[in-house]
Amino acid sequence: MLGALVDWFLSFQIYLPIAEVSISVLLLLTLGGAVGFLSGLFGVGGGFLMTPLLIFIGIPPAVAVGTQSNQVVASSVAGVMVHWGRGNVDLMMGITLLAGGIFGSSIGIVVFALLKHFGQIDVVIAVAYVVTLGAIGLMMTVESIQALRRVRRKAPPRKLHQHTWIHGLPFKLRFKKSRLYISAILPIGIGAMVGLMSAIMGVGGAFMLVPAMIYLLGMPTGVVVGTSLFQIIFVSGYVTILQSWQNQGVDILLAVILTIGSVVGAQIGGRIGVKLPGEQLRLLLALLILGVGVLLLVELVRQPADLYSVMILGISH
Amino acid sequence: MIGGIARSGFCHSSRDRCGRLARRLACAIGFLLFSWIGAQSASAKSIVADIDHHLIAITTDFSGEDVLIFGAVDQPGDVVMALWGPLTQVQVHHKERVAGIWINRDMVTFGNVPSFYGLASSRPLTDLLNTSLLDQYQLGVGQLQIKTLSADADALNDVDTYRTALLRQRQRNSLYADKVGRVTFIGDTLFRANLRLPSTVPTGKFLIEVYLVRNGEVVDAQTIPLVISKVGFGADIYRFANKHGLAYGVIALIISLASGWLAHLIFRRR
Repeated sequence: MLGALVDWFLSFQIYLPIAEVSISVLLLLTLGGAVGFLSGLFGVGGGFLMTPLLIFIGIPPAVAVGTQSNQVVASSVAGVMVHWGRGNVDLMMGITLLAGGIFGSSIGIVVFALLKHFGQIDVVIAVAYVVTLGAIGLMMTVESIQALRRVRRKAPPRKLHQHTWIHGLPFKLRFKKSRLYISAILPIGIGAMVGLMSAIMGVGGAFMLVPAMIYLLGMPTGVVVGTSLFQIIFVSGYVTILQSWQNQGVDILLAVILTIGSVVGAQIGGRIGVKLPGEQLRLLLALLILGVGVLLLVELVRQPADLYSVMILGISH
Repeated sequence: MIGGIARSGFCHSSRDRCGRLARRLACAIGFLLFSWIGAQSASAKSIVADIDHHLIAITTDFSGEDVLIFGAVDQPGDVVMALWGPLTQVQVHHKERVAGIWINRDMVTFGNVPSFYGLASSRPLTDLLNTSLLDQYQLGVGQLQIKTLSADADALNDVDTYRTALLRQRQRNSLYADKVGRVTFIGDTLFRANLRLPSTVPTGKFLIEVYLVRNGEVVDAQTIPLVISKVGFGADIYRFANKHGLAYGVIALIISLASGWLAHLIFRRR
C-alpha cells in the first residue's frame, strides 16, 4: 500500500507550461530542498546552485534563469523577515544599492534578450557562472583560510575598514546602521554590477553582494545579510517582471514547486547552521562555490556530445 | 489526387479547420460505416481509416500518448501511414571551439521541417515501394523534403551535414521515427496501428496520411487531421504568459512574495 503510494509519487510527472517539459515533481522538490538546505546552512540564496542544476535536469536555460529570479524573491522575503525583526537591515544602504541594482538589471535584461536572439545565451550564462563563481570562490577560500589561521593564533581581528582613495569620492552619505560615511557612488556601482550579473545568471547575487559589502564597503557583518536580502527582493522582483515581459521565461508552476522544497530545506539548514562554527562554514561555502565553478568550466571546455544545436523559429509559410 | 496529398497535402494556414473538424469527423465516421456495410460494392474508396481521438489535450500530467489508427481496405493489400506535425522553420547552429570554449558559430536555416514525424507500415517499406515512390510520398526520415532557406558562407558547402544533424537530433528526442511502427491486420481487410506521441510532442495541427499499397503502387490514400493542443490550467498559463507578459510577471511576483511571507509565518511559531 505504502510502496504503491511511493511508486505513484515517484512516477508523478508534471508538465511545466512555460518550460514545456514533463518532469518528476519529487525530483523538483528534492532539488529545491537540497539547495534550500545549503542556502539555510550558509545564509546565501543558493541561486548559483539552483540555476545550473535546473539546466542540468533539462529546463531550458532561459526558463531556468527567469524562474530562478522569481524563486529568489520568495526565499529572500522569508529570510529578510527574520533580519528585519532583529533590526539587521540598513534601509538607507539597501535603497542605495537598489538604485544601482535596478539600473544594472535593466541593462542585463536587454543584453539577455539580445543574446537569446543571436543564439548565444547558453554560452554567456555558462561563462558568467564560471567567471563569477571562480573569482569569488577563490577569494573566499583564501580569505577564510587566513581567518582560520588568525583564530588559531588568537590574533586580534583586522580593523573595521581601511581608509583608501575610495573614501575621497564625492556624494558622501551617512549610513547610520552600518556606521559608515562613504560616497554613494560605491554602493550604487556595486548594486549595478550585481544587478547586471543577476539578470543574466538568474541569481539573487548574495554570493557576490555579501563579500562586496564586507570587503569593499566595510560594512559590519551583522547587517550585511539582512541588507543584501532586502535589496535582492526588489532587484529579483524587478527581474521577474522584466523576464516575463521581455523573454517569457518565468514558469510559475516550477517556481512554486521549488519554493516549497527550498523553504523546508532552508529551515533545516538554518537550524544546523547556527550550531556550526562560522569560520569553518565560510570555508565550506567557498569550496562549494569554487567546486560548482570548476564543474561548469569543465562542461564549457569539454567537447559537447553533439556539435549541432537546433532552434525552432516558427511555423513555415 | 494522391500526388496532391504528397506534394501539397496540407496547408496549415486555414484557420477555420477547427470549426470544420466536427463536420469532418462526422463525415469520416459516416464514410466508415458506409464502407463497412457496402463492402462488396465499395466502388468509391479502397481504404477508409480513422483515429480514436481527433483532439489530444496536453494537460499538466501529460506524459505522452498513443494514437490508435484503424480502418478497413476493400481487398488485401499493405497499409503505410505517416504522422506529420506542423511544418516549421529551424536554425541549426554548429559549435566551434573559440578561445578554448565551445560556442555557436555557423548557422543554416531550414524550412518545411516537420515538428514531428512518425511512421508505421504493415511490411518493411523497401519491400513495398521503390525509392522514387518513397521519395515522392516522403516515407522515411531520409526522404523528408527539407528546404534550405539560408546558410552562412562557411556552412554553404556542408549543408547536408547540418541537415543530418537536425534529423539525428530529432530522432534522439523521439520527435522523428527512428524505426517504423507496425500496422497490424485483423483478417484480410481490417487494420490497426498505434503511433506513440512522446511527452515532448509539439502542439498544432497534425495530419495522418494513410496509404494503401498494392503491387508496388499506391492505389489509394486518406488524410486524417489531428489536433494536439495544450488544454486546461497549464495552457491558460502559457497563453497568458505570451499575451500579457507584464501582468504575468506581476502575478508571478505577488505569488512569490506571498509564499515567502507564508513560509515565514509557518516556521516562526517553532
